[in-house]
Amino acid sequence: MNLKEAQQKINEIKIQQMQVDEKDLDMWNDYQKQIETIQKETVLTPWDHVELVRRPDRPKAQDYIDLLFDEFVELHGDRKSLDDPAMLCGLGSFHGMPVTILAQSKGKTVEENLKQHFGMPQPEGYRKALRLAKQAEKFNRPIITFVDTPGAYPGKEAEEKGQAQAIADCLYTFSSLKTPVVCFVLSEGGSGGALALSVADKIFMLEYAVYSILSPEGFASILWKDGSRAKEACDVMKLTSKDLLEKKVIDGIVSEPFGGAASNLQSVVERMDVMLRDALQDLTQMKISTLVERRYEKFRHLGDGSWKMLR
Amino acid sequence: MDSLFKERKSRLDIFHQWRKKAKPKSKEIPDHVFMSCTHCHTSVAMMDLVSNHYVCPKCHHPFKISARERIRQLIDENTFKETNAKMISIDPDDFPGYKEKLERLQKQTGMNEAIITGTGKIGGFSCVIGVMDSNFFMGSMSAAVGEKITRAIELATKKKLPLILCCTSGGARMQEGILSLVQMAKTSAAMKKHSEMGLLSIIVLTHPTTGGVSASFAMLGDIILSEPYALVGFAGKRVIEDTIHEKLPDNFQTAEFVLEKGFIDRIVPREKMKEELERLLSFHCKRSIS
Ligand SMILES: [Zn+2]
Ligand SMILES: [Zn+2]
Repeated sequence: MNLKEAQQKINEIKIQQMQVDEKDLDMWNDYQKQIETIQKETVLTPWDHVELVRRPDRPKAQDYIDLLFDEFVELHGDRKSLDDPAMLCGLGSFHGMPVTILAQSKGKTVEENLKQHFGMPQPEGYRKALRLAKQAEKFNRPIITFVDTPGAYPGKEAEEKGQAQAIADCLYTFSSLKTPVVCFVLSEGGSGGALALSVADKIFMLEYAVYSILSPEGFASILWKDGSRAKEACDVMKLTSKDLLEKKVIDGIVSEPFGGAASNLQSVVERMDVMLRDALQDLTQMKISTLVERRYEKFRHLGDGSWKMLR
Repeated sequence: MDSLFKERKSRLDIFHQWRKKAKPKSKEIPDHVFMSCTHCHTSVAMMDLVSNHYVCPKCHHPFKISARERIRQLIDENTFKETNAKMISIDPDDFPGYKEKLERLQKQTGMNEAIITGTGKIGGFSCVIGVMDSNFFMGSMSAAVGEKITRAIELATKKKLPLILCCTSGGARMQEGILSLVQMAKTSAAMKKHSEMGLLSIIVLTHPTTGGVSASFAMLGDIILSEPYALVGFAGKRVIEDTIHEKLPDNFQTAEFVLEKGFIDRIVPREKMKEELERLLSFHCKRSIS
């Protein structure tokens, strides 16, 4: 059973369950068991993941920031030319510890999304993130990044203002930043636009999130000259959290309830809270030179299994 | 076993043929071979092309050249020593059709991957050089390419040498997925370490440098040069046009365009590139006022 069929079936059972007489607990439990069995037996395809994280009710960076931090003060602008609303940055307090937050931010309404380009940052967005990353380094504040973007914004002005240079600069600078960096991939992580915020000491990914070289549509269009074969592309792209953990690109998975984070956000945030607390306790105790060297080594060996030397 | 030997032999044959070609003597080039300029469509005699650094004598558009040819043009004779020549991609995920494509390209080009790295001298100055080749998989970034680039950068850091990277790439290699993407981070981190040692890096952009390569080491040199008319940009032109529903001007994402926008230092014609690199390298040797 795929996700759609399962959810339809579960909804049908729930309707029947609601009609059960209050006293007939056995009957009610029986329905409950049926639901749980379906949930357990439903295997999500990679395409299910993609569709799930693109649903409008999928929580956005702002929701996680609101729940995960005691306080949040937004800071604006790249100090050069613009404030990009697709990159939400600021100061936060995590159980009393000051941190810098850099988040790719999708909007909740059509209006917001037009302004925020559906979470696709412009060069100015990356430069804002970079400015505040350097500020975090100055004040020894750990950095928490949230990745949620189909990719960097492919606009005319974005090219004119150096999208490539802005992303390259993030990769370059984050690689040796002298403060801990923890990254959460929330929903969609696409191409260099996502990578720019994921040069981190610890990278966690929500269970149903996807993180890939390119959006499935872009991938299919480049490889097969047919963007409509996105679903098929997902089967070979290895873009789920499990795939990425296997390839050691990420360090851990934040498990999600059936149906995704939207169905019980609080429980997901609680798990993130524990993971973030453990990570920060670990990383802040490390000598800075060790921390930076470990970050270098982590990325240095990605892809080691993909080449060999001919004899 | 037999077939393995046969395959190796055929590869060696290709290699030997190519070795002969690598240093063309004018006598060997038949004067009836003509190449058509992709820009002005003039037919140019192969011999004239070779003596003109593979640049169209009429419109000055550079023709596509192999990494070997570029090394021949830039590095002092008999000083090039190749590193990690035998590194190849192995396709651990069995991506449909990938292995076959790699093998076909290896036979066609006589190369093992889309980049050649090594050490050599330019005008007597020792340096580490990496040259990408768009004949192999459009110069796309595999984990092997990323590894070769990173090793070249690390070698330069270790030997305290200047680094020259000549880029040409269509971007990430789709077949390798996320592990192709993260090579952008790996190579950029190596560039940072090289820079922190106070060492010089020079990037030479050639047609085309796009996608992931443009958004990593290609934008991270102390000095960024480009050949004229090269395509330099991050997002594909068609993707942008589909996003903004508007036609882009012809000069969009050219070397001349990114120079005007402030993202590269200089445009240098191919026939002047060696001289230019020599000059830039000479600025970076310690000398006192005489
Ligand atoms: Zn390694
Ligand atoms: Zn021409």
